[in-house]
This record gives sequence, structure tokens and C-alpha cells, in this order.
Amino acid sequence: MSSDVIAIQTAEAAGRPWIQTLHEWVTTVDHKRLGVLYILYALFFLVIGGIEATIIRIQLMRPHNDFVSPQVFNRMFTMHGTTMIFFVAMPILFGFGNYLVPLMIGARDMAFPRLNAFSFWLTAFGGLLLYFSFLGGNGLYGAGNAPDVGWWAYAPLASRAFSPGHSSDYWTIALLASGFGSIGTAINIIATIVSMRCPGMKLSRMPLLAWLNLVMSGMVLLAITPLSAAQLMLLVDRYLGGHFFDTQAGGSATLWMHFFWIFGHPEVYVLIIPCFAFASEIIPVFSRKPIFGYPVMVGATVCIAFVSMSVWAHHMFTIGMNSYANSFFTITTMAVGVPTGIKIFNWLGTMWGGKIQFKTPMLFCIGFLFQFLIAGLTGIMLASSPFDWQLSGSYFVVAHFHYVIVGGILFALFGAFYYWYPKITGRMLNEGLGKLHFWLFLIGFHVTFDLMHIPGLLGMPRRIYTYEPGRGWDTLNFLVTIGAFVQGIATLVFVANLVVSYFKGAKAGNDPWDAWTLEWSVSSPPPVYNFASLPTVASRRPLWDLKHPEDPDSRYE
Amino acid sequence: MTRMGETMRKADWRAVVSRVVGVLVLLAGILLAAGLCVANTPTDHPVPNIFEPHSTPAESIRHLSHFVLGITGLIFLVVFSLLSYAIVRFRNRVADSKREPAQVYGSTQIELAWTVIPILIVVVLFLATARVIHAIQDAPKPAGRVEVTAIGHQFWWEFRYPGLGIVTANELHVPVSDSAHPTPTFLKLLSADTDHSFWIPQLAGKTDLIPNRVNETWLDPQETGLFLGQCAQYCGTQHAKMLLRVYVDSTEDFNAWVRGQQQPANYDEKEAAGRRVFESTACLNCHAIAGTNGTGRFGPDLTHLMSRRTIAAGAAENTPENLRLWIQNPDAIKTGSLMPAMKLSDTELDALVRYLETLR
Repeated sequence: MSSDVIAIQTAEAAGRPWIQTLHEWVTTVDHKRLGVLYILYALFFLVIGGIEATIIRIQLMRPHNDFVSPQVFNRMFTMHGTTMIFFVAMPILFGFGNYLVPLMIGARDMAFPRLNAFSFWLTAFGGLLLYFSFLGGNGLYGAGNAPDVGWWAYAPLASRAFSPGHSSDYWTIALLASGFGSIGTAINIIATIVSMRCPGMKLSRMPLLAWLNLVMSGMVLLAITPLSAAQLMLLVDRYLGGHFFDTQAGGSATLWMHFFWIFGHPEVYVLIIPCFAFASEIIPVFSRKPIFGYPVMVGATVCIAFVSMSVWAHHMFTIGMNSYANSFFTITTMAVGVPTGIKIFNWLGTMWGGKIQFKTPMLFCIGFLFQFLIAGLTGIMLASSPFDWQLSGSYFVVAHFHYVIVGGILFALFGAFYYWYPKITGRMLNEGLGKLHFWLFLIGFHVTFDLMHIPGLLGMPRRIYTYEPGRGWDTLNFLVTIGAFVQGIATLVFVANLVVSYFKGAKAGNDPWDAWTLEWSVSSPPPVYNFASLPTVASRRPLWDLKHPEDPDSRYE
Repeated sequence: MTRMGETMRKADWRAVVSRVVGVLVLLAGILLAAGLCVANTPTDHPVPNIFEPHSTPAESIRHLSHFVLGITGLIFLVVFSLLSYAIVRFRNRVADSKREPAQVYGSTQIELAWTVIPILIVVVLFLATARVIHAIQDAPKPAGRVEVTAIGHQFWWEFRYPGLGIVTANELHVPVSDSAHPTPTFLKLLSADTDHSFWIPQLAGKTDLIPNRVNETWLDPQETGLFLGQCAQYCGTQHAKMLLRVYVDSTEDFNAWVRGQQQPANYDEKEAAGRRVFESTACLNCHAIAGTNGTGRFGPDLTHLMSRRTIAAGAAENTPENLRLWIQNPDAIKTGSLMPAMKLSDTELDALVRYLETLR
């Protein structure tokens, strides 16, 4: 690769009026700034979604609690789910993808910078629209309210008869807008990876992060489009007299379920695959070894993407499909476990024989490995459809998917924050606070979500604002709430770390982790156009080759 | 450098300890759940534990779940041990912290092994599952079965026994079934409005009630007693208080119950005033009482209201005070239920409650 990397002077100058800075950020088409905007936007909604979760947990702390009314509770879990999936997880992962993909493939920007900005602002608009429902949900004359139909908005609950006013319209249009934003970004990531890799970077030399973002973007195209179609059909039902999902006029409730879950299940992988990508970058660096079985890792990811497109109806085992359909979706769902297992084993293979450094990013990735393992195994239980007839719709499922989303996705994301924050800001996150964050969060997570499985086994359904005493659920729910508070405190530590380190953190330098991919070859934060002259790579680990000219990777690949 | 190495070692030990504690907590939880199976007396079933089934389909699911738990538990132990071993064994040591370890890029044999073994496990799990799917979903219907139509409403259950001419609500009565003379109950599941789900964990897995669709489930209870459950598919504001009670009666008790339900509505001349209130206000738009001009089906049938232990789909005990409160201000018991506050005078209210109290 080229070693004559010259820092390009950014236009940063002290003492400019804030309005000018704001204007620059709002009108920016730079992939790094848009990446940061995505991340900040998602962090803002993470706090809001967290507050909603806290309200839910306080209400469920004891039986017959009346902290909030049933209506408010139903709005809280609807908004919590919608917010966390569409306005936290999606944008934050797109943010990292936006920021990292061009840097890691040696490109100066995304393929379509203006589309990039457009996509971000569409998503941002979607989130604002969703929350505007608190004011406008009942229309001009009503007091306003948020949607309360659950984040699946199952038909016919979201039809006019059962959801009068406009609250679920805000939900529909918000998801439609942010969905178009996601499609735009997915097209952009695909185009960037396909056409803008630097000289020498064959597909087989691409960092796994870029590979996995490519797969994820392909899945977004396949998964978000049916969701958007369904949202349009719902709008047609509600305002133009359509009867797609209007059961009172002969429409089909299960049609909505199929549309929703053909989006909903691939969506899980859309969220987890970028997190696999983080783990696949972080674990090798802190084990001081290359990723074990790179081609198999790529193959397994593509395999997951394909198989996960044919598993959606495992969310619908209880709707009365016949025994053949139930068997089909059982086997496809279990089959996903195979490539996923390969990934876990390959991460294990990466650590095996390495020299593992327990820096905060690695700690979070180790947490991710263990927790994702458990989440996968409870997933196998849910895939066994008769077992699922008991578990589906219960707190066991809630515990399972929070294990995936918090124990898997969020842990890997925290790892990514600690790992790339120095690149993005030029300063290290504080290790002490990072470890405190890790341990607090780990304890809180396990108290909450390990215990949450049990009420489900004892018959507690999800989405209930209160429950009867004496069913064996009381103590468990109390402890689950305690754990939620511990997680809340840990998150505050994290936010404090982000803020304090931005001003006071140790200077990072170009390459604080002694890592191997291209983003570490440029200054921190990177110059506006990333690379003064485009690098040329000869292997998957260009910086390893540079640091070990006597033993370069290019000799073995 | 030395101090850093030490903190690292400390950190990784803490990682191990914390994992072990996590697992112990999880195991303790599972044991607790299992312990509850043993601890409960057979006639009373306050905890709807899926691992304490008393009905054939729920029993087959428990068998399957034990098998699945066993295999996944084994996988967990193996992978957990390997991961923990790798983390402890290959942690960075101080002595040679500068040298990079051997760079290994992969191994086809090993990767093939950890592809093929999981495939075999999946095949085994699938076959075991498919057997139970077939056994439950394609079960033959014996001649002695009881047939019930369950209709989900926001936020209550309507039960109709077409063969017996019975209509009731929220509290399902079924006969106990023994293997010599099986009398399972087959339920046809319908919905009057949104999606609901019928779930009595100890009797069967859940099946949804979906508008414009006919679903089916069956119970084959082996033991008498009261079994609890509730709606398991979010159906609107009061989804939480759409509770479900199933009484598994001995054959004699069930027959007696059937005879009682088949009687015409009790009518006591003394309570004519209360009956007049029922017949002359909006009550009859939604509720039916056989023998009156009330034939509404939007709310529960009240012909034998007093034979039920609870009102408002299990939200309150069926006492005169609760009944009065329910008619006067349903929100006090179940905010957002579709029963309107009837705005009756105190005299009317008292008369009405006294009349309802006679509907045995």
C-alpha cells in the first residue's frame, strides 16, 4: 500500500460563528459527518427508548401496579419497540457503516454522497414524525397520543375500526419515510463497495466489515421493500377504502403477518450482521491474530442471509398453519443455526493460540460471544414449533430477543464505540470508565434478561400492563426491574465517558490499537477526503504488511 | 507494563467468575421452575407452569422440550467451556507481550467438522420436533369428544357448546379425560374483532383466534382442577385482563354443570323490578338472558351469570359489590373495557344487582 499518506487540512478553524458550523453539518454530504450524525441521532433515541423501557419496568415491578394507565403502558411498549428497532439500531449501524466502509476499502467517500445525506434526513424526519404523534395523534381536536398497536401493528388492530384517530398513521408514515432512507443507504453501501474499492482490494481482500455491510445492505433491499409495501397497503385500507387487512370486510389478518415478518425476521439479521462485522474486526486485533477462516466467515454470512429469508413464519407458529408448514419453518429456522454456529467457532478459532488483550472493546466482544451463544440456543428452542406454542408470545420470547438485541447487538456496538471512538474523535475513551460501564452493564443485563425467561415459562404473556399476584411472577419481575436500573446507570456511565473523553481523553494518534485495516493508516479524525492518494493493498491486512515487511500476509493469501 | 498485565489477568478472572455466576443464576432459575412442578398440590394450579402439564398435548410438548433443552444445554456446556478455556489460556501474558503470536489463517478440516456436526444435530432436533407436530396437529378425534366454539372478543371469551346448547363466558368447563375412555375437548377458535390467543399453559400450547379464520386446538386433561391462562396475543387496551379459567371437572361434575347450564334462566317474581331495568335499558343491546327480550351478543351471556366465579373476564370476583361497581363504573375494575358505565340510579342499580344475583 502507499505509505505517502498526507493529512489534508480540514476547514476547521476556531472562532467561527456556531451558525456556520451548524449549517455545515446540516448541509454536509461527507460520509464521516453523516456517519456521526446517524450515530448521535441514534444515541438520542436510545435514551428516549431507554426511558420508555424504564416506565414499562416500573409498571411491572409488582402485580396490580398503577404507575401508568393501560393506555399509556401500551403506547410505551409500542414506542419502545419501534424506536429501538427503527430509530436506534438501524441508524446507529448505518452510521458505523457510513463512517467505516469507505475508510476501510480505501475510498474517499460513498458512491452517492447526496443520496447519503438525503437518506439520513429522511430517517431523521421519520423519527421526528413518530414522536410528533404525542402531540398530533388524535388530530387537531384531540389531546394527542402515541400509537398503541404494538410495534407489529397486527391487523386488524391497526385498522380504522380499532385504531381511530391518527396515532397509527404516524407510525405508518414514520416507518415508510425511514424505510426509504434505509433503502437509499443500502443502495449506497452496495454501490460504494462494488465500485469504489482501492487498487488491489479484490473482494477476497476486503475487510470482513465491508463484506458484512454488503450482505446486510442486500438484505435491507429485500426486507424493507415488503414492509414499505405493506405500509402503503395499510394506508390504502385506512384512507382509500381498501380491504387488504380489513377483516370486517373480508380482508386477511394473516396477510399482514406474512408481510410484516418477511421483513421482521431478516431485519434481525440486518441488525446482527453489522455486529458480527464489529466482532470480526475487534476480536482479531485484540487476539493479535488474523480472523480464522476468512472465506468461511464470508460464506457463512451469505448463507445466513439466504436462509433467513425463508424462516419468517416461525413468528407465526401459533396462527394455525398446517403441520407441513410448521415443519418447514422449523427446519429452515434450525438451519440458520449452522452458519451462525460456524461464526462463533471461527471467532473461537481466532482467539485460540492468540494473545488476548482485555481492553474494553474486547471485553464487550467477549460478552457478545457468550450472550449471542445463549440467544442462539434459546432460538433453537423457539424454532421447535410445539415448544414454541408454549413459548411464543410469552416473556420467554421477550427475554430471547432482548438477549439478541442487547446481549448481542448492543454489546458488540459498545465494543465498536470503544474501538472506533479514537478514530472518529481523535481521543481515547477512558479505560477505567469503560471497564466500569462493562461490568455494570453485564451485571444489569444478566439480572434482567436471564431472569426474564422464567416468568415466560410460568405462563406470563408479553404486552400485559399488569398481572395477577400468586402466579409465581412477582419476585422475578421485581428483580428484572432492578436489573433494568443497573443497566440504566451503566448507560449513564457510558454517556459520561463519551462526553468527558471528547474533551479530556488521551490523544489517540493514528493507530492506537496496533490494528491492520486501512482506517488506521490515516489521522484521527481522518481528513476530509480520507486519503490524499489512494492506497494500494496486497492483502486483507494492509497495515500488517506495512508493519511486518519480512512476513507479509500477501505471501499466504 | 507489569501492572497492566496484572490488571488484565485480574480482569479476565473476573470475566470467568462473572460468567460462572451468570450461568448458576440461570440454572438456579430453571431449577426453581422445575421445583415448582414438584411443590404444587394436584388440585390447585395457581402457577401456569409449562413444565407441569396435565393434558396430553401439553405433556408431549414437555417431553419434546426436555429433549431440546438437553441438547441445547449440552451445546452450551461445550461451547461455553471452549470459549472460557480460550479466554483464560490465551490471555496476553507479561513475559512475551511484545511478540506477535503465530498467525494462523484457518483450517479446512476443523471448519468442516464444526459445519457437519451442527448439521447432524439439526437433523436430529428436526425429526424429534416433526414427530410432535404431527402427533398434536393431526391427532384423531375420538367419538367421545366434547366440542366447543371459543370466540375471542375485546376483552373476554365466549364459549359455545353447539352439541349441548350451552353459551357461557370466560370460564370454560371441560370433562376430565382418561386414557381408557378419552373425552378430549376440541375447540374451534374464532374471533369477533382483533387477534387473540388461547393459552392454558398446563393444558396445551397456544393457538391464535384470528378474524376470518377458523383455528382449532384440543385439550385432553388428565386431572381435575382449575387451570389458569390468559389471552396471549396483544388485542388492545385491556389485553392484560382478558383472563381465562378452565375448570376440568370429573365426569359427574361436568354432567351436573351441563344440566345446570341447560336450564332456562331462573326467574324470581320478587326481582321483577331488576329485570325491568335490564329489559328497558341499554343492557340488552349487548347481553343475552334466555327468556327475556335481551339477545345481544356483543357482551357475555348472563343467563347463568351466578354459576361463574369471576366477572369481567377474571378481573374481579363475582360478588354483589363487584357486580354493582362493574355496572356503575367498569373503569374502576378494568379501564378501557368496552362495557359502558350504565348511569343508573342507586335504586335501579340495587334492583338490577339483586336480579342478576338470582341468575344461577
